[in-house]
Amino acid sequence: MKQSFRNTLHSFAEDFRLDWQLYLLLAPMVIWFVLFLYKPMYGLLIAFKDFSIFRGIERSPWVGFAHFEVLFQNDMFIRAFWNTIAISGLGLIFAFPIPIILALMFNEVQNAVAKRWAQTIVYLPHFISVVIVAGIVINFLSPSTGVVNLLLTSLGFEPIYFLTRPEWFRPVFIGSSVWKEAGFESIVYLAAIAGVSPTLYESARVDGASRWQMMWRITLPCILPTIIIMLIIRIGNLVEVGFEYIILLYRPPTYETADVVSTFIYRTGLQGTQYDLATAAGLFNAVIAFALVYSANRISRRLSSTSLW
Amino acid sequence: MSSFNLYSRGDKIFGWINAILLGLFVLSTLYPFIYILSASLSSGAAVTSGRVTLWPVDMTLAAYDRVLSDRMFWVAYGNTFIYTFGGTLMSLAIMIPGAYALSRKRLRGRTFLNMAIAFTLWFNAGMIPFFLNMRDLGLLDSRFGIIIGFAANAFNVILLRNFFEAVPKSFEEAAKMDGASELQLLWKVFIPLSKPAIVTVALLCVVSRWNGYFWAMVLLRGEEKIPLQVYLKRVIVDLNSNDEFASSLLTARYSFETVTSAIMVASIIPVLIIYPYAQRYFTKGILLGGVKE
Repeated sequence: MKQSFRNTLHSFAEDFRLDWQLYLLLAPMVIWFVLFLYKPMYGLLIAFKDFSIFRGIERSPWVGFAHFEVLFQNDMFIRAFWNTIAISGLGLIFAFPIPIILALMFNEVQNAVAKRWAQTIVYLPHFISVVIVAGIVINFLSPSTGVVNLLLTSLGFEPIYFLTRPEWFRPVFIGSSVWKEAGFESIVYLAAIAGVSPTLYESARVDGASRWQMMWRITLPCILPTIIIMLIIRIGNLVEVGFEYIILLYRPPTYETADVVSTFIYRTGLQGTQYDLATAAGLFNAVIAFALVYSANRISRRLSSTSLW
Repeated sequence: MSSFNLYSRGDKIFGWINAILLGLFVLSTLYPFIYILSASLSSGAAVTSGRVTLWPVDMTLAAYDRVLSDRMFWVAYGNTFIYTFGGTLMSLAIMIPGAYALSRKRLRGRTFLNMAIAFTLWFNAGMIPFFLNMRDLGLLDSRFGIIIGFAANAFNVILLRNFFEAVPKSFEEAAKMDGASELQLLWKVFIPLSKPAIVTVALLCVVSRWNGYFWAMVLLRGEEKIPLQVYLKRVIVDLNSNDEFASSLLTARYSFETVTSAIMVASIIPVLIIYPYAQRYFTKGILLGGVKE
């Protein structure tokens, strides 16, 4: 046993000597992952400590699950948790189907030039930063000069202060996210549609099927596996709600419907420097995310035989 | 399509309804861009009184004059170029050699390393530990911190590695016969053969660097170091609620709305320039990386 271990070690050293160039190429990336992704995982310990930035991680005393107890009694955290689920859930219902519908519609366009132009335009917002999207939203919804309120007042309605009204936050957030991403997300479904065998359509046409029937009976069932995979990915990423965009759009009056766990962490940790409490909230978030992504991957592996990663 | 006659009347109506609905979606995607452009070219008075809805009114370049004469705008623009190019080069310099090494079957610990990298797709330490780690490394308020701190990610490494793995063995064997070293093999064989994957990853890096604001906002303190998106965020989001600032900008020639529109247009233009390339490679890349290992 000892002998074979020594042999392994020896052959490893030998490999390393002969193949040092390969390990040299690998080294910077391994160091980067350790330094910037794995070392912070050690920092998660402060979720269980009374952390002070002057004492550092090691010398801060342990407090067990005290921060989690505080969190689960904190109304603001509980609200953030339910808001996260609500915003993700609403996105699943209202935003998820739109790229599918778009792809089906693109597929029915006969004129290749018009199709390409339309695609080029609807993919574009994906490449625009969330800061600009937020700027456009703020501009459009401005109560005095925004085009939306100009339209409302010209139709005889009162102007609405959208960004300060809690009941409007989610529609505005989800609607503008659809504007930004739905076009680009349709690419995956278009690729699936491109893979549908043309003979299916030909034989359906011989049987006298209409385009509407072919869309419902051929195209949609054929891309169903892709839809299911995308749905699973989406559920796996339920905790990720685009908080970088929320931070730009929410204000104290809309926190009750807009504040999610990640924005809560940002405010308590980075703006309020309660590092330990915010880390506990982050760990809670990450564990849920991990469980969701892990089970999503297991399910998709069973369903489609190709795993996601 | 030669099968024109095959369509019944119902099919034609279906086609028209489809075209109209899709056209509406396309127009509503386009409208905000047109509006922002028109607002930036209109007079402040025209926008504040709500006379601009589609085309510019009282056309003027006053807002651009105001933006382009702001020193901070140029500082932020320059910083964004530094972060975009520096960051992308750093990403490629770290990830290409690393992904190449991982693609070699003979590499020791390969399975373990692949799992350790994929694990970071599923689990990461989160905002606060990452921030404190950057602080411990002395990378707060540092340009180098922004460039190095976000240089790699598992998705791009996996995408590159898969591509390198698909390079036929015969190329490698031929080069080895000629006595090529590992570095030469990577440089002269693998990189040229994997151009689509490398361009895709480079474009992913460029776009995420150009558009990224969150960590730059959190990590950078000095005014002189902030990128364009953080500058935009300060002007558009933070100052919008600040009426004093907004009214200080209000003159007959330009207003808060026309100035912010002009800044947005100026920051979108480079995106539009690389967009034709980006679109082509992204549509490939998204399919390449997504459902494969």
